[in-house]
Amino acid sequence: MPTHMTRKATRHVNQNEGLIFEKSSPGKAAWKLPPLDVPEVNTSTLLGSQERKDLGQMPEVSEIEIIRHFTRLSTWNYAIDLGMYPLGSCTMKYNPRVNEVVSRLEGIANGHPYQPEKISQGALRIIKTLSDCLLEITGMDAITLQPAAGAHGEFTGLLMVRAHHESKGSPRKKVLIPDSAHGTNPATAAMVGYAVENLKSNAKGMVDIPSLQAQMNEDVAALMLTNPNTLGVFEQEIHKVADILHAKGGLLYMDGANMNALVGKVRPGDFGVDVMHLNLHKTFSTPHGGGGPGSGPVAVRRALEPFLPKPVPVSKPDGTLAFDYDRPQSVGRVRSFYGNSGMFIRALAYILANGPDGLRQTTEDAVLNANYIRKALEGIFDLPYSSPSMHEVVLSDKVQAKKGARTMDIAKRLIDYGFHPYTTAFPLIVPGAMMIEPTESESKEELDLFIEAMKSIAEEVHEDAEVVKTAPHSTRVTRLDETAAARKPILRWKPESQEPTAKSQ
Amino acid sequence: MSYPTDFKYTKEHEWIKPDGGNATIGITHYAQESLGDIVFVDLPKPGAELTAGKTFGSVESVKAVSDLYAPASGTVTEVNGDLTTAPEKINQDAHGAWMLKMKLKNPGELNALLSSADYEKFVAEQGGH
Amino acid sequence: MRYLPKSPADRTAMLKDIGVATIDDLFAPIPAEYRLNRDLKVPRQMAESEIVDWFRERSRENGENHASFLGAGAYNHYRPVIIDSLISRGEFLTAYTPYQAEISQGTLQSIFEFQSMICELTGMEVANASMYDGSTAAAEAVMMAVRLTGRRSVAVARSVHPEYREVLATYAFHQGMPLATLPFADNGGLDLRSLEDAITTDTACLLVQSPNFFGVLEDVEALAEIAHRKGAMLVVSIAEAVSLGIVEPPRQADVIAMEAQSFGVPLTFGGPYCGVIATREAYVRQMPGRLVGQTTDRSGKRGFVLTLATREQHIRREKATSNICTNQALIALMANIFMTIYGKVGLKELARHNLAKAVYAIEQFGKHANVLFAGTPRFNEFVIQTSEDPYSINSRLLGHKIVGGLPLKKFYPELGNASLWCCTETSTRSMIDTAVGLVAESERSMNGTREENVEEVTR
Repeated sequence: MPTHMTRKATRHVNQNEGLIFEKSSPGKAAWKLPPLDVPEVNTSTLLGSQERKDLGQMPEVSEIEIIRHFTRLSTWNYAIDLGMYPLGSCTMKYNPRVNEVVSRLEGIANGHPYQPEKISQGALRIIKTLSDCLLEITGMDAITLQPAAGAHGEFTGLLMVRAHHESKGSPRKKVLIPDSAHGTNPATAAMVGYAVENLKSNAKGMVDIPSLQAQMNEDVAALMLTNPNTLGVFEQEIHKVADILHAKGGLLYMDGANMNALVGKVRPGDFGVDVMHLNLHKTFSTPHGGGGPGSGPVAVRRALEPFLPKPVPVSKPDGTLAFDYDRPQSVGRVRSFYGNSGMFIRALAYILANGPDGLRQTTEDAVLNANYIRKALEGIFDLPYSSPSMHEVVLSDKVQAKKGARTMDIAKRLIDYGFHPYTTAFPLIVPGAMMIEPTESESKEELDLFIEAMKSIAEEVHEDAEVVKTAPHSTRVTRLDETAAARKPILRWKPESQEPTAKSQ
Repeated sequence: MSYPTDFKYTKEHEWIKPDGGNATIGITHYAQESLGDIVFVDLPKPGAELTAGKTFGSVESVKAVSDLYAPASGTVTEVNGDLTTAPEKINQDAHGAWMLKMKLKNPGELNALLSSADYEKFVAEQGGH
Repeated sequence: MRYLPKSPADRTAMLKDIGVATIDDLFAPIPAEYRLNRDLKVPRQMAESEIVDWFRERSRENGENHASFLGAGAYNHYRPVIIDSLISRGEFLTAYTPYQAEISQGTLQSIFEFQSMICELTGMEVANASMYDGSTAAAEAVMMAVRLTGRRSVAVARSVHPEYREVLATYAFHQGMPLATLPFADNGGLDLRSLEDAITTDTACLLVQSPNFFGVLEDVEALAEIAHRKGAMLVVSIAEAVSLGIVEPPRQADVIAMEAQSFGVPLTFGGPYCGVIATREAYVRQMPGRLVGQTTDRSGKRGFVLTLATREQHIRREKATSNICTNQALIALMANIFMTIYGKVGLKELARHNLAKAVYAIEQFGKHANVLFAGTPRFNEFVIQTSEDPYSINSRLLGHKIVGGLPLKKFYPELGNASLWCCTETSTRSMIDTAVGLVAESERSMNGTREENVEEVTR
């Protein structure tokens, strides 16, 4: 079926595997507890009517079956470890393995969040060292590591914005958000009780300064800006943006999703940002893990420090570290304990492995890679905004759509060539967007293969779009019926709910 | 596609079929086509008050949500329960798959809406997007 | 830099292809006055061996090799080794959200299994793919009840984890939602009499935790009856997931907000953990977070996709059910593997061991100290009240490499010298006996001192 050859990928056998419930049978077990060294208990007497008698359809399987089950499932996934994963705005970079090793060291992995501070100095030192590094990288004055992910960081940051304005008399009413923003931005503003007002982008894909000037007033609490923005374009008039906001008492919130373009080259604190979040799972290499965990530290200017979530780590006169809970102006807690500590360890290990020179080189390579792809593909694919690209480039399917192949079709065809697709249909201001973020982790050889694949797909669209429109052709399942999934949702396994029409795998 | 001449239409792509002081409403063939496969319809309960031009519910495809705007003001008297379990009926026959019936507050409001000819013309102009 | 796969020659060639002279030309869009023209002041580049050494040092400063009786929302259960073998596979570890279903079936099927097992264990009809943790899951579950009922205020039991309540207060405050905190009765459970009055026609839901912060099982059936009679929903938080092996799940609840850390997730100083929300099918469209559904491909083969995405921020933006995007997928996979390992029989046995250890410890401590709420059905945590300040007791225990229970003064000053202890299957009899012995010693000396003083006076 495929008309063009791919140098990167080849088909190989993978194993079929049903649901774990389908392998279960009574009497199989993958567990063994040591003999009970205390007296047996009568659970009926102890728990009365609250005693649970039966665990229903929970599986009963052996250890080797579990190993094979999950190993087989794993082979159905694409991953960074297999190749380029140019998912724009997700920063799919290499996840160093030393990070995993150090996060599993006994005292670190088994550290209980409530163990006395005297024996928590290691964990506190990690929090402190990472905080110091992130403050230096962002050029900000104070930071919290408590938020569990980027969107959670946005929530925390906007709560602090709100608390800041409240301390001045009024929380204000709305948040300005560019039309190119991530969906989390407006969703977060709504959660914090702000109305969302859209801000137009100009022809260069940047904040339209006259519109901002017109829309800015004393009702505006903040502007949430991604920089570089979701087109991969650095907001060149960022200082004007900040000035316009600050003149009317507003704050500049920076979504740090694209920080991989800036580390070691420019610091948000130096260009007027008041509050920002970072994504440790993007810029600082903690694993994406199939969708998480993330970690979304929020860094702020000095004026906002009193509002940080509590507790805040502090150094004591004797040099030891502790948590300060006495923070009367704090916005409160946003998560139990101190955040996703395991991600702090990994992010810090990444920073230590890089040092100042490595961090700068990383940023330079990320920007170099995106521009290399842009140069090779512009002309073949439409480039809707010609402003210079930083760490990612946004193309569109305008040329290919005329033959009926849309961004999603081209993305699916990339799978056959051995690549994970780019981000499709985002940002919303670009119809048929193809958002490509290679990261620094790709060699020239891998980039060349990607470029070759994209060119080959463009040719296929020209010759016979059908092969692209029906892709992928090499995966264990073809395109799945999302409409049926949404109309009659099957969200859990039940012995009787097996679709009679569905063939077992 | 022909648009029934006894219906009135809005620029937000709803149709309304008047019947004295009552009316039946739904979304147009053009709307269902732009939305693609409809997977869910969120409608108000009988007794709800609708205000002309304001949202009263939404329709969803797999990756989009569109608000529904009331073509006229009034009180909901009946809701098409079939759409809860079979939203695909809207894709199959948008002008037959009615969403709700209502008692009109001011039947005169309908005069401001588009006729089938006007709507067809309007849709033709939209064609490019 | 060892993570970067380019030679200097590669970089030169690429710059040439792009048509620029130096890398700094690509940074020209950044106004010159903001560019950083110096090295970042972060530690110098380290060798891998140095990094390992640095963290080993931190590990040693962090209570290595201590026996611990801490629970309170973070539990020390044994983690079968195959959990880490499996989640370390790059195909799980280094993939992202399964947006492209055709090359993400591994992640998708495993999430589907996770959702199925959570439903089975909680008695609910649908469960999501994970939330950040138990505290945010509880807060989001409450927001869900607010949307579903159209009511504004919330009643929360004081016996819910204090930090969960703090998180809820943060979420609720800026939504302008009034929070009423309800006291616990003498048996450690929610005071039912106060509940009747507390639930008004504006109460969206009642939030309780069971087993609650003191380890006590709440009378969920009675709570549900009262809440439902007044048109409010019942949201139940479960912080100790292993309890589900032996404790009847809160089937009468409308929403369950769970913390699955107990299912094979390392403590790691408080996270990453794994929140989950489970509920009834009728409420699924108000549920936050990702969902995986079963469907078929073009040839009729079974497959899995992310579904009902119109609830989420990337589509509904400011009208979304939540702003959550990245969740705790890898941690959910740990929990998934743990649930699969223990399964139908093992989870029950595991829970029974936990209960037996706690019962033994309660009996032993009870000989020397006051055990609060002793008669109420509970799982693996209990509160003891001592004469001596629990911080002093803990300092002494620490000298024996034992971490004692959590002093409760900070959260419940009215309980005096109380501390919350937890036993799991990892608590050995000798470890319990040693801790009891040390507490007994201090109690004897405290009481002894008092008696001596009395004697002195009388003499």
